[in-house]
Amino acid sequence: MEFPNDLLYTKDHEWARVLGDEAVIGITDHAQDSLGEVVYVELPKTGRTLAPHETFGVVESIKAVSDLYSPMAGTVLEANAAAASDPGMINRSPHGDGWLIRLKLTDRAALSTLMNAEDYKKYVESLK
Amino acid sequence: MAKRTALYQEHLNLKGKMVEFAGWEMPVQYSEGLAAEHEACRNSIGLFDVSHMGEVLVRGERALEFLNSLVTNNVAKIADNQAQYTVMCYDDGGCVDDLIIHRVNEREFFICVNASNTEKDFEWIKSHAPAGVSVEDVSRQYTQIAIQGRHAMKLLQKLTDIKTDTKLDEIKYYWFRKGRVLGEPAVIARTGYTGEDGFEIYVRWDSGPKIWNALIKEGAPLGIKACGLGARDTLRTEMKYPLYGHEIDRGLNPIEAGLGWAVKLDKPDFTGKKALVAIKEANLNRALVGLRSLGRAIPRQGYALERGGASAGIVTSGTFSPSLKCGIAIAYVDRAHSEIGTRVDVIVRDQRAEHEVVETPFYKRPY
Repeated sequence: MEFPNDLLYTKDHEWARVLGDEAVIGITDHAQDSLGEVVYVELPKTGRTLAPHETFGVVESIKAVSDLYSPMAGTVLEANAAAASDPGMINRSPHGDGWLIRLKLTDRAALSTLMNAEDYKKYVESLK
Repeated sequence: MAKRTALYQEHLNLKGKMVEFAGWEMPVQYSEGLAAEHEACRNSIGLFDVSHMGEVLVRGERALEFLNSLVTNNVAKIADNQAQYTVMCYDDGGCVDDLIIHRVNEREFFICVNASNTEKDFEWIKSHAPAGVSVEDVSRQYTQIAIQGRHAMKLLQKLTDIKTDTKLDEIKYYWFRKGRVLGEPAVIARTGYTGEDGFEIYVRWDSGPKIWNALIKEGAPLGIKACGLGARDTLRTEMKYPLYGHEIDRGLNPIEAGLGWAVKLDKPDFTGKKALVAIKEANLNRALVGLRSLGRAIPRQGYALERGGASAGIVTSGTFSPSLKCGIAIAYVDRAHSEIGTRVDVIVRDQRAEHEVVETPFYKRPY
């Protein structure tokens, strides 16, 4: 299980890679492992504004549907079309090519509520 | 505290992801994932721990007559060593459960029931039993293992000594024999819930691990994989086999569920008969159909159906089909929309997703 150090994490198992006033968001390795094979992903349109913890889409495995929650406030700059057309990418590379959306941050306040890799790893272990 | 089957440690050894289901701690999938398990069952062998299923033994001079008064199918039609799928109804035609009845002889029947309904079924059967008929819940005495797939017989034959007097291929579909597997007493039934050829075996609870491990080991060259509840559900959905709590339920009757073939209204009186006759005569207004997603959306249980913007039915089971590589559903629709080829919309998160009524089963085995 991977917990990259350069990411911030939510309790809903999304990650965010913040660079300046932009962030890339995806689901964690733990999330994709729990879901199993991802067969469908529904992502928001460019320009949509998201509040912290707002639902921005879904990922579906063969058996289940899971909502995706935005870790922070922002405007959608891009959704990952490659992951939408080949959802298995989310399983193969959850922190890389399987990213989901790119956001323009509108409020950095929620950032402080996110976990670092070490805390997220502890959190995941506490769920077992 | 959830119950554990005799194979609990085997599931952990195979890195099963354990979940609670019907009061049991069961593997939903193993390390390679649902799709690989589903594919193994379709193309070689899937091995399932189904020990959570309940078993009820009904014995006595009038056992046959009694059971026939309680279920919808005609139990009098089966011979010794034959099994029968049937439904058990309430007076109003709603379903208590669906079951497989195994006739050991005229005075002894071995019944397999759903895990989630075991206690309810046992109480229901027992409360109706006349003097002289004994009803026993023997669920904790049996490990039940399903061996399903085109190579299932080849594998099981290696481990059974039924071959000394009978070959497994002499056990026809929905028949069974008492025999031995690895020297252990076993009920070997040619039944299953996957649409593949195969067997469901009932062995002593404690002999479960030894037999399971031998099946895994001997089956390895054939490509066997242990399959969890996830694959069990996608396999049965591709066959449009009903599942209690989905296609059949307390408030749903077997006629509209498409199980009319297992409801014999011409046999002597049975619980629910009057209601089922009335339902049949009332010209059914809904039917259980198969839907195939025409886009990428995946239908799920509880999603509403529309046609031309008007309400048209509801999805009872929906999944991504690993065999067809698209979304499929089992759904109740108004009869007017039940013809093959009809286009209906499934409402997926407030969006209309186009689906087509298709022939079922969704999957037909090629052998």
